[in-house]
Amino acid sequence: MDLIFEGILKAFHLLFTLDPEVLGITLLSLQVSGTATLISLFIGISIGTLVALTEFPGRRLVVSLINTGMGLPPVVVGLFVTIFLWRNGPLGFLGILYTPAAMIIAQAVIATPIVMGITLAAIQALPKKLRLQILALGATRLQMVWILVKEARLPLLAGVMAGFGGVISEVGASIMVGGNIKGYSRVLTTATVMETSRGNFDVAIALGIILLLLAYSINLVLTHIQQRERPR
Amino acid sequence: MRKWVWVLGIGLILVFPGIGQGGSKKSIILSTTTSTQDSGLLDVLIPIFEKNTGYFVKTIAVGSGQAMAMGQKGEADVLLVHSPAAEKKFVAEGYGVNRRLVMHNDYIVVGPAEDMAKIKGMKATKEVFKKIASAGALFLSRGDNSGTHAKETAIWKAAGINPEKQKWYQQTGLGMGQTLNVTSEKKGYTLADRGTYLALKKNLSLDILVEGDAILLNIYHVIEVNPAKWPKVNAAGTRAFADFVVSKEVQDIVKTFGVDKFGSPLFFPDAGKKEEDLGK
Repeated sequence: MDLIFEGILKAFHLLFTLDPEVLGITLLSLQVSGTATLISLFIGISIGTLVALTEFPGRRLVVSLINTGMGLPPVVVGLFVTIFLWRNGPLGFLGILYTPAAMIIAQAVIATPIVMGITLAAIQALPKKLRLQILALGATRLQMVWILVKEARLPLLAGVMAGFGGVISEVGASIMVGGNIKGYSRVLTTATVMETSRGNFDVAIALGIILLLLAYSINLVLTHIQQRERPR
Repeated sequence: MRKWVWVLGIGLILVFPGIGQGGSKKSIILSTTTSTQDSGLLDVLIPIFEKNTGYFVKTIAVGSGQAMAMGQKGEADVLLVHSPAAEKKFVAEGYGVNRRLVMHNDYIVVGPAEDMAKIKGMKATKEVFKKIASAGALFLSRGDNSGTHAKETAIWKAAGINPEKQKWYQQTGLGMGQTLNVTSEKKGYTLADRGTYLALKKNLSLDILVEGDAILLNIYHVIEVNPAKWPKVNAAGTRAFADFVVSKEVQDIVKTFGVDKFGSPLFFPDAGKKEEDLGK
């Protein structure tokens, strides 16, 4: 128990003294996971909406694949991204293994199915007649899609939070493709793993607390946006 | 809301420091063992090297086995590892060149103070392992192809015992630090490198029971991945780093590293010596 208390003290100490290394690690976590979430929103919402609104053969298979993807194990993603990005691998010419860019790719792969699955469910949950009504009022197809996405914004924001929460707390892929390089690709989760194996449990707990605070403040902002307008 | 998201997105990308830096010719990948990173030694050495030469070092801390596997695939430039038998094979097969001795420390056998198998103070490590086996006392193995695991396997072999599938033999598949924690919790025995043990000692209820046997030497070498085999290896940077770790500057740092924190050095510098002469 003393250890947890020491960890909490350490967390506040690191935060209030603005320790430059911890600050850098925190900022990088935010940048990597934030960028990955944005990419996943772009891909996830567009494909999720497309699959929700169209009928095609094998649709159930696609939906079940997306839903399975929501639970994609980060280490497996990390392993595959590593193999693809190896300098002698298929995408080796990019030369981005062990960089934050590689971490963004891996995290985007993890977050995209989460956003896609929630988008799919959210759009499908809208009443079917709404579509007909929008079209009957003279909207183009694109306008109709845009209105539907706007209608589903509450569950979609839940998707954003789930996607971001999934990647900011993820360690398996980040450590594999980023390499936990000091001052370059070290994020809160990978630093926590390293400090634990170094026996610096107080620092590890402190980093964990900072991670929770970060996740909480991001979700606070998103929840604020989500709850600003109550659904009718 | 949409506008807000875009502002955030552009902001994130603008302040993003790392993108596009990775492909630069001035970076090298150092594949090394967890002990060099967990002890904090590399945190001291790497910044000096980067400042001296302008190269950017990407340190990937894994077990020695994985480090050499990366070298075999040409996915690392330089290795700092401690698994001599596997290293010799690695060089003999042409994957690495210019293997040079850097430093050593030693392994120790640790266990609970109660010492159920009564091994405390014994000298010959293989006899210790035999005694643990015959007592059926719990032994925790790394089981991860690391240098420490290779050493442990060699000792079992010397003792003429095959511990696999024995009830008292468990493999964690984890790093040294985590394995020590598991051993402490389960009141078992394990083979550990002294540096990691000293770093974690305050949280462990484990004592050093056996030390000082010649077989327990833990020797670190630097190996350059063969650029003739893998053209993508940064040969110049690799050579610069290997020369750096055996330089007088680094060897002097190694000599005193850890003294302030643990009262004794964690590693002993050995550049220029012969492997056979160590421990004499």
